[in-house]
Amino acid sequence: MHTQSTEGNVIHLDHALHLADNSLIMGHRLSEWTGKGPTLEQDIAITNISLDLIGQARNFYQYAATLSESKNGQPATEDTLAYLRDAHEFKNLLITELPNGHWGKSILKIFFFSTLQYFVYQKLIYISDQQISAIAEKSLKEIAYHVRWSSEWVLRLGDGTEESHMKIQEALDDLWPYTGEMFEPVDWENGLYSGEKGLQSIQEDWTKKVSEVLKEATLTLPDADTWMQSGGKKGVHKEHLGYILTEMQFLQRAYPGCEW
Amino acid sequence: METLVINHTEERIWKILEEVYDPEIPVLSVIDLGIVRSVNTNNDQIEINITPTYSGCPAMDVISMNIRMALIQNGFNDVIIRQQLSPAWTTDWMTEIGKQKLTSYGIAPPVSKTFDKEYFENLVVPCPLCRSKNTRMISEFGSTSCKALFQCNDCLEPFDYFKCH
Repeated sequence: MHTQSTEGNVIHLDHALHLADNSLIMGHRLSEWTGKGPTLEQDIAITNISLDLIGQARNFYQYAATLSESKNGQPATEDTLAYLRDAHEFKNLLITELPNGHWGKSILKIFFFSTLQYFVYQKLIYISDQQISAIAEKSLKEIAYHVRWSSEWVLRLGDGTEESHMKIQEALDDLWPYTGEMFEPVDWENGLYSGEKGLQSIQEDWTKKVSEVLKEATLTLPDADTWMQSGGKKGVHKEHLGYILTEMQFLQRAYPGCEW
Repeated sequence: METLVINHTEERIWKILEEVYDPEIPVLSVIDLGIVRSVNTNNDQIEINITPTYSGCPAMDVISMNIRMALIQNGFNDVIIRQQLSPAWTTDWMTEIGKQKLTSYGIAPPVSKTFDKEYFENLVVPCPLCRSKNTRMISEFGSTSCKALFQCNDCLEPFDYFKCH
């Protein structure tokens, strides 16, 4: 049901927050494209994706709120979790908070992130936490669309004009160092994914899918030993997250408890 | 006898729900959409389980409110509405009547039964206006989460398609 998992192992609160924060920050960032997309149809597409992500975030936050209440004994809601935590308490991946950049860079961010979500949620639907598995099942239908749409755009831009190719290759080189963190385990993830190779098998699936699409798009994969950024999952963020929260949380900070 | 009375109440509630419409597609009731999973009565308390269509669909909050309002208007004041995520909503649950209503409203209803890999390749969506099968997709995303944008190559009218989900 909506509010509680009735049986089975319950996911770690930090993990629920990580899933929620990922979707919220990614969705919030993409919403900056509203009214600015290259054509009306694509403006609608990217903001629809943003809406799906924020909807998924709400489901995760509502559940995280129940976990938080039973763990900390303090009242919590989806709103307190989204609006009243500070940057170091957010556990989203760094790639989600990076600025959108040009269209090609945003596309690539969506492609990397949605492909990750796709393989992670494929695992989550089988875990014993029923609420998380239900949210994953629901979200997967939407994510499949996001992967398909963004990979088509990666092909179009990579294998497009000289300029589009150059720009998305540049974006690829910029974003690649943010992909390592996706597969770097943190303690609250331990044992969640079936088998000891959980994250490793997600990484294999992700790398295979991403390499196939990038190759078809005539793009060059950065070196395998590229130095990787990390920290997001542990609450160590770039300066970008602070700016996002400043804007997103303004109303609740200035007028606590405000409703409309 | 008591069971009969309870069933009668539940029957009434299902009838009332047929008059609660989707605010985004006002020809479809919540029954047509296939989002009502169950109606249970416990003394004076009514419990309704609904399945959200898309995670971020803003219509869902309005739909819950409208269900509550409709029941209150009919004298049912103690109403609990729960959202049930699993099994995930699918357009397979949309009623045949709902699909016909969509077509006459100018929105092409979902064409295939389930979402599969060949779905996009073989997708033929007849134009809801002139019935031509010679149509093309303009965008996979449309004016609401549940729709894609199409155009008819024969009558040239653009139209919404309710995506298979």
